[in-house]
Amino acid sequence: MPTVALIGNPNTGKSSLFNALCGGQARVGNYPGVTVEHKTGRMQIGPPPLKIVELVDLPGTYSLSARSADEAVSVEVLSGEMPGLTRPDAVIVILDATNLERNLYLLSQVLELQLPTLVALNMWDRLSSEGIAIDPKMLSESLGVPVVCTSASKMIGIADLKLALSDLLSGTAKPLRSRESLACGAFPESFHRQVDELQRFLESQGCPLLRFQAERLLIDDPQAHSYRVIPRGLAAWVTQRVGQSRQELADQGVLIPLFETRARYAWIKQRVAGAIQRSPMDRKNSASDQFDRWLTHRWFGLLFFILLMFLIFQSITWVASWPMDGINVACGWLADQVASMMAPGPLRSLLVDGVLGGIGSVLVFLPQIAILFFFIAVLEDCGYMSRAAFMMDKFMSVIGMSGKSFLPLMSSFACAIPGIMATRTIENRRDRMVTLLIAPLMSCSARWPVYVLMVSAFVPNRSYLGGWVGLQGAVLFGIMCVGALVSIPVAWLLKRFVFPGDPSTFIMELSSYKWPSLRVVIMRVWERVLSFIARAGSLIFITSVLVWAAAYFPGDHGPADKAQAELEAQESMNNPDTTKLESLREQVHRYNAQLISQSYLGRAGDWIEPIVRPLGWDGKIGIAVLASFPAREVIVATLGTIYSLGSDQDQHSQGLVDQLRAATGPDGKAVYSLATACSIMVFFALCAQCVSTLVTIRRETNSWRWPIFSFVYMTTLAYIGAWIAYSFMSRW
Amino acid sequence: MVTITLSELQAGQAGTIVSIEGNDSVAARLMEMGLIPGELVQMVGQAPLGDPVEYEVVGYRLSLRRVEARRVRVERA
Repeated sequence: MPTVALIGNPNTGKSSLFNALCGGQARVGNYPGVTVEHKTGRMQIGPPPLKIVELVDLPGTYSLSARSADEAVSVEVLSGEMPGLTRPDAVIVILDATNLERNLYLLSQVLELQLPTLVALNMWDRLSSEGIAIDPKMLSESLGVPVVCTSASKMIGIADLKLALSDLLSGTAKPLRSRESLACGAFPESFHRQVDELQRFLESQGCPLLRFQAERLLIDDPQAHSYRVIPRGLAAWVTQRVGQSRQELADQGVLIPLFETRARYAWIKQRVAGAIQRSPMDRKNSASDQFDRWLTHRWFGLLFFILLMFLIFQSITWVASWPMDGINVACGWLADQVASMMAPGPLRSLLVDGVLGGIGSVLVFLPQIAILFFFIAVLEDCGYMSRAAFMMDKFMSVIGMSGKSFLPLMSSFACAIPGIMATRTIENRRDRMVTLLIAPLMSCSARWPVYVLMVSAFVPNRSYLGGWVGLQGAVLFGIMCVGALVSIPVAWLLKRFVFPGDPSTFIMELSSYKWPSLRVVIMRVWERVLSFIARAGSLIFITSVLVWAAAYFPGDHGPADKAQAELEAQESMNNPDTTKLESLREQVHRYNAQLISQSYLGRAGDWIEPIVRPLGWDGKIGIAVLASFPAREVIVATLGTIYSLGSDQDQHSQGLVDQLRAATGPDGKAVYSLATACSIMVFFALCAQCVSTLVTIRRETNSWRWPIFSFVYMTTLAYIGAWIAYSFMSRW
Repeated sequence: MVTITLSELQAGQAGTIVSIEGNDSVAARLMEMGLIPGELVQMVGQAPLGDPVEYEVVGYRLSLRRVEARRVRVERA
């Protein structure tokens, strides 16, 4: 089966074209050793009989210099050096027709890789509104490659592109493009001589490189990703040799890297001359510019941005809560149905608490993910996303981040899962990793029940300033801010020690505004939702079942099941005896409290008691914290079970509040105090006690290293924070 | 010839690029994005907080932080 690569600048509609060609069916993985997404799909092309072709979607890049992992991966795939992939038989280069010159830079490099090449001149439909006219036939002749005009988001030109690709693949082997016809023909002769020498030597050492790759070694910074293709034993020699060549070239007046960009843009100017006409329309008056003037306006732009972010945040918290409640109700109803059909016992508990609970804990994230990615897709497709980053960049740079981190971090205040998934919009790998690792520190909505329970039980209900400022509210607000404040030094430390590198830049294209395409938006939301279910869902589900098992086994559930069966029999009676009902219910709750303390989980709670004692906790709190690993809010229900109140407690339950206040340790002293409550809240504000977050980090970074790293650093931070809070508050 | 940095251009003003400082990866990226000597650049406007700045170059809009814009020397057009 022939393989075709698809490459292009960011924001050229590359993913729309990929979906248009492959019908939205893609296999997504990662390239070995790097966190670069590897996406392939299949398409049928050509006149009948149709041929099946594999399409490899390369990361969106501006250049093929190997300065970033994205670029290095692209070069390796196109030169056939990516392990496990054969060299593509052809390459489709997608160009934004409204921004032809800059887009041709990448093409000028791709052509030098000497693969059969096809140009998709995308956004063709928008040329006239931008006052640009392009003669595709002339452009095709001058570039020496077939050019097809497309508008991927409207499905225009897709059939033509497939036909042209079929012609290209069935064409007889074309002779190599001559150096004179390429941009590198204008490189200085002394540079070519150095490249020849380097190439000859590497070949003699059993490391034959394409000419383009040898050129990259000389042009790009040493230690750049281009060195990935050099065998380890040769790297030191190559570094020394390259340094020497660069010095010699500098002495001869060859300016690296300026001569390359200069030669390429000169080549581009020469090639497009005559093929492109710009009407002398004043861009200031284009609709896009009118919008831009308002949307990046000093006051109006900021106001619009804040309102938009408010709308997004409300949507992922308030609007999403309806379908989330719906999912909970549906799972609860299903659990009731199962429970009514089976007698109490291990199988019923597995189905109801383990399996249905696990499915619910996966599905409950979908509304937030779908809503957030709907907004992201719309904003990206209409061109506002880059402006949002543009407006927030200064604000975020104060804490060492770039404007692109704003939306993922803001979303993490609702839930870290969609927030971490949204870090995909950050191209800079270093910024993306730091954003992804601090996102779980933002106070997500699952921590809210824990805070509310602790505050309503232990913070006095006082108010100040004539009733305007309530102490409980102030403490709630303070604890919400703890994670965000701690994330600032954490981000700084991560950038300094874990991801050292050049300071991040904000060299970014601000594309013109356009109407978002509904098809593209739906496709992207669907892609995200599906990938969450398929790749994070299974692990979240398995963990939920494992934690259920740890809380269920071992222990003799016979008496508890018997009491439960009696209780259910009594409940289903038409005229139940209320006193009997009450005593049975109490009996069941007592049994359950006993069982959980005997379970593996309960034993683990006893085992960690000495560890958590300095935080002012007892073993019961330890159990509740351990049990909340599948989801933080579970701690409230677990405390309900432990304190013999049943698991149907929520943060507003007065019974649970009273029980916590009354709880005493073996020494007769109260277990909980304001200091303990603060210690629990600070712990929850900082800990990584959420398996879904960790699984999503694993999925997004394609490595277990980062979820383990997150868990260790956040738990350490949470422990220290809780200890400080407890020590401080208990002395106060 | 008096040159200024790109960061000193006011909204609506244009300049011709004279040179880019340095030969590190940031300089290379700036050049790849079309900021090469001889090109005309126009300052379009700045972000509400004063940084970054929007420029027009080779027919498209580019955003640069002021610290990056200061590496580009231009001659007022």
